[in-house]
Amino acid sequence: MTLEPSERVADVPPSGIRRFFELAEEMDDVISLGVGEPDFSAPWSAREAAITALERGQTSYTANRGKRKLREAIAADARRWNLEYDPDDEVLVTAGASEAIDLAFRALVDPGDTVAVAQPCYVSYTPGVTFSGGEVLDVPTRVEDEFILTPEALRAAGAESADLLVYCYPNNPTGATMDRSELAEVAAFCREHDVDVLSDEIYADLTYEGEHVSIAELDGMRERTIVFNGFSKAYAMTGLRLGYAMAPEEVIAAMNRVHQYTMLSAPTTAQHAGIEALRNCREDVEEMRSQYDRRRNFVLSRFEEMGIDCFEATGAFYVFPECPGDDAERFAEDLLEAESVAMVPGSAFGAGAEGHLRASYATGLEELREAMDRLERFVSST
Amino acid sequence: MEHADELLELLCENARYSTADLARFTGLSEATIEETIAELEAEGIIQGYTAVVDWDAVSDDRVQAHVELNVTLDRETSYRDVAERVAGFREVQGLRLVSGDYDFALEVEGENMREVSRFISDKVAPIPEITQTVTHYIMETYKQGGHRFDDGDDDDRLSVTP
Repeated sequence: MTLEPSERVADVPPSGIRRFFELAEEMDDVISLGVGEPDFSAPWSAREAAITALERGQTSYTANRGKRKLREAIAADARRWNLEYDPDDEVLVTAGASEAIDLAFRALVDPGDTVAVAQPCYVSYTPGVTFSGGEVLDVPTRVEDEFILTPEALRAAGAESADLLVYCYPNNPTGATMDRSELAEVAAFCREHDVDVLSDEIYADLTYEGEHVSIAELDGMRERTIVFNGFSKAYAMTGLRLGYAMAPEEVIAAMNRVHQYTMLSAPTTAQHAGIEALRNCREDVEEMRSQYDRRRNFVLSRFEEMGIDCFEATGAFYVFPECPGDDAERFAEDLLEAESVAMVPGSAFGAGAEGHLRASYATGLEELREAMDRLERFVSST
Repeated sequence: MEHADELLELLCENARYSTADLARFTGLSEATIEETIAELEAEGIIQGYTAVVDWDAVSDDRVQAHVELNVTLDRETSYRDVAERVAGFREVQGLRLVSGDYDFALEVEGENMREVSRFISDKVAPIPEITQTVTHYIMETYKQGGHRFDDGDDDDRLSVTP
């Protein structure tokens, strides 16, 4: 065969979500709780800034690391979480947080290195490690711990020998968040065993109980952590593809070396939107957050009334109920077939997620209500 | 009434939310919701409940106008006195005292333009304190009460994404 894919790529299976997506796409009138992005549009003033930049003809590349004004705004914003990074050397603007995470794998992982991946998690970490030639070590978290990462879970998986640990809190798909003391235990483990941390904090602003804490803030962690964030979730800018990484100078330089030869720079129009978003859109973010919180309360209440077990997720825009049936994949398919409601089986998100379903509440209240009515009807009929 | 603000916000968004749903959204009990709303009504903070209607979608017959009113006052006559006389008419849907080039902003509704014009010329303009009226017919409504009209609201997101 000509143009034969590399073994590295051929070995990575297609996303587990893919098949389910195809099923849902074939149907009409689907209410989807399977969407991993906001139902809001980006704040108007951010969109307007992007339009203005286009009108002014600002369509060239930017500096590889991103526009200085944007890096300054990012560094200033990070102080909300007690993080201090130098906008010149310690911030890298990327095409979405996904690019930043991929850059980190490519910049840090040598063939044979072990990367511990806390799961269930976003679908791209494991393939990203594989593409970089690293070995993935699954670290399942447990429903008993409300899906937070614990030293016990790390030890049980044998993560003492890992070179890197990657996780995401607030978490997709579970909606779990970690507080300061819980992170401190993970930090202690990482210091003791010399494990570096890739901390995906893309949902940081969507925290509903208490304040988001970054592990990079904790003692001795800044020098061994890369923090990832972006504009997709809190600012509802998924399609603009804008994210960033913050880390010590040497790491950012290494990531930038890959970035400059591949992406060159993040989309310029999006960077203009990003500057405005950070400067003037806090209220929009707060408004969206309060809408999500309302929906979260609603969905959790309805689950409880239906007798569906679900821990109280406190972040992102997901809840992660236990599947009322024996087989979550079967249940999700039957639910889609019978009631045209889409929820994603947990197994699509890796280890520890079996028997669960991810329900996204990034959907309007009216639709959520209809979805819950349909789910209730389905559950009571089976 | 510590939850008043949140409840008012929800009711302004959709006054038809059921008590049960309001309780689910806020985490309050249904009894607290009922109590708070009853108090808000009793205190006149909630003055009423109404629907946001796109009348253009129902019929072409109904006409709305925004009318500027200028008045002169004297020792015996206040803005409130004028307002009382104007607000009493069934045709008047809204009345506000505003700052700027004119005194009152009036919302009027009628079956057709002639009816609205006649109402202004026969009933409003002759009021002694009113010195000038300027009538603006509403040609198209894009947003009202926080609701966007003709907002396609198409969800073009993929139905399942990671």
